[in-house]
Amino acid sequence: MIGLVMFSFVVALAVFAWWIAPNDPNRTAIRMRFRPPQLDRVLLLGTDNLGRNMLSRIVHGAQLSLLIGLGVVLLNSVFGVLLGAVAGYFRKLDGPMMRLADALMAFPSILLAIGIAAALGPSAWTAVIALSVVYIPRTARIVRASVLVVREMEFVQAARASGAGHWRIISRHIMPNCMAPLIVQLSFIFAYAVLSEAVLSFLGLGAPPSIPSWGTMISEGRTYIREASWLTIVPGCAIALTVLGLNLMGDGLRDVLDPRLKIEQG
Amino acid sequence: MGSYIVRRLLQSIPILLIVSLISFGIMKLVPGDPAIVIGGPNATAAEIENIRKNLGLDRPFHVQLGVFYWNLFQGDLGRSLLLGKPVLEAVIERAPITISLSIYAMVLTIAFGIAIGVLAALRQNTWIDQVATTFALIGVSLPNFWLGLVMIVLFSVHLGWLPTNSYVDFSDDPVRWLRHATMPSVALAMLQIGLLARITRSTMLETLRQDYIRTARAKGLPEWRVVAKHAMANVMIPVITVIGIILSVLISGSVVIESVFSIPGIGSLLGNAILRRDYTMIQGGLLFVAAVLMLLNILVDILYAWFDPRVRYDAGK
Repeated sequence: MIGLVMFSFVVALAVFAWWIAPNDPNRTAIRMRFRPPQLDRVLLLGTDNLGRNMLSRIVHGAQLSLLIGLGVVLLNSVFGVLLGAVAGYFRKLDGPMMRLADALMAFPSILLAIGIAAALGPSAWTAVIALSVVYIPRTARIVRASVLVVREMEFVQAARASGAGHWRIISRHIMPNCMAPLIVQLSFIFAYAVLSEAVLSFLGLGAPPSIPSWGTMISEGRTYIREASWLTIVPGCAIALTVLGLNLMGDGLRDVLDPRLKIEQG
Repeated sequence: MGSYIVRRLLQSIPILLIVSLISFGIMKLVPGDPAIVIGGPNATAAEIENIRKNLGLDRPFHVQLGVFYWNLFQGDLGRSLLLGKPVLEAVIERAPITISLSIYAMVLTIAFGIAIGVLAALRQNTWIDQVATTFALIGVSLPNFWLGLVMIVLFSVHLGWLPTNSYVDFSDDPVRWLRHATMPSVALAMLQIGLLARITRSTMLETLRQDYIRTARAKGLPEWRVVAKHAMANVMIPVITVIGIILSVLISGSVVIESVFSIPGIGSLLGNAILRRDYTMIQGGLLFVAAVLMLLNILVDILYAWFDPRVRYDAGK
């Protein structure tokens, strides 16, 4: 529940960014630079080295983080599910597909994402694609594992006996019974994606500087860490809040949807 | 045992082949002409032609692939465009730094991860358990590079306890190395401590409910011996399984952490290569790291089979 509240809060920030933000996140005001956070509607989170409003940049950064997270989750729920279902259902394709997944998973996840993003050149789309390539094999593996169990069940055999085609068996009979672990996995992937997007933009491989991003803010704030530590600390707290909310939500979903996986509560 | 090792090694060959193909393919993802991208906006046509020739980009695809594998079998990962020396040499030169940091972070992870997990399980549903599980959850949710920066603000800027620049090698001065390596290692280890504590806690709770634990208690053993000797033996099994994963995350985390603390290891080597578009370095470095991690994982699996005979029998079926 706490997770849901925290995550909803971040979603609300992103959705109502234009109302919450006191002004344009990219508007510079040199005379207003390095104002520390204070109890004030406009200067709640202070200003940065160019006098840009930190509150505006944080709420607009929420949009980017959530959109990238959502993009990765969507691509995962399409391709991860498709590939996992095919590998689990058509046994002949299973071997080669899982070897490919193993190879992709042999790279440390963030390194592979960095490599792909570095080659494709920095942009928000690049981040989505790079992170999807990293997480799709993991999603596919989880879907495959559930499909392997469900495809042997009697109701699937009954469907086959009654003349249903492969596509119908997969989409109508098998997949609905594989949703629980998938949904749990997707909520954790959302959390990883937000965290990894921050790493990519911290390294200069995410969205261009004109779009406020939490990772970029941390990397820009780093230069002034001695004089103006809030430039670094505030965006990090935003990332931590979002990821913590998503992790808590994932734990909660797992307890509800898939009690077998529940971490021992006693 | 011998046949298990052979089987495990054979299984890794096709994966290694695909891994190398993927790292070869990374350069092919560069949109447009990589030579122009590498040369930058100020490069002359002759310079670009030169880069193209050096990288073999002027040759047909299958020849490029052939040359890539031919070199790879001879242990040649290509030449760094930026440093002007072989990738393998540059990586091996810096490896000791990254290895020493990873070992330090690994020690922290195992010590604190297990301690927190066991403590939480033994004091289940008390405030200690609450604090430990909350700490573990927060650890999993913090961006490690940010944690590193916050520690710099706190321990270097405000308190002046720990230094942040001019890294010292372990072999030069172990005490000064410890002062330099502590913050980066803690930043690296935090996420893993959280993960390991969660796993340890749940395994410990499960183990403590087993019959053999009840027997041990019934024969009058003091509680600490029941936990330390009887329960711990079983708690260690899942811990060994995740060591491979932990290593992988530690090493990939070092790319960012080394840049944050300006530590001249493999991580910052790759970080710089990314910023300066040194594609051969990125390609070769990635392949090197992936291959080393695969080997380490095989080693962990073999150790695991050694400790737990059930694994080798299951795998043989």
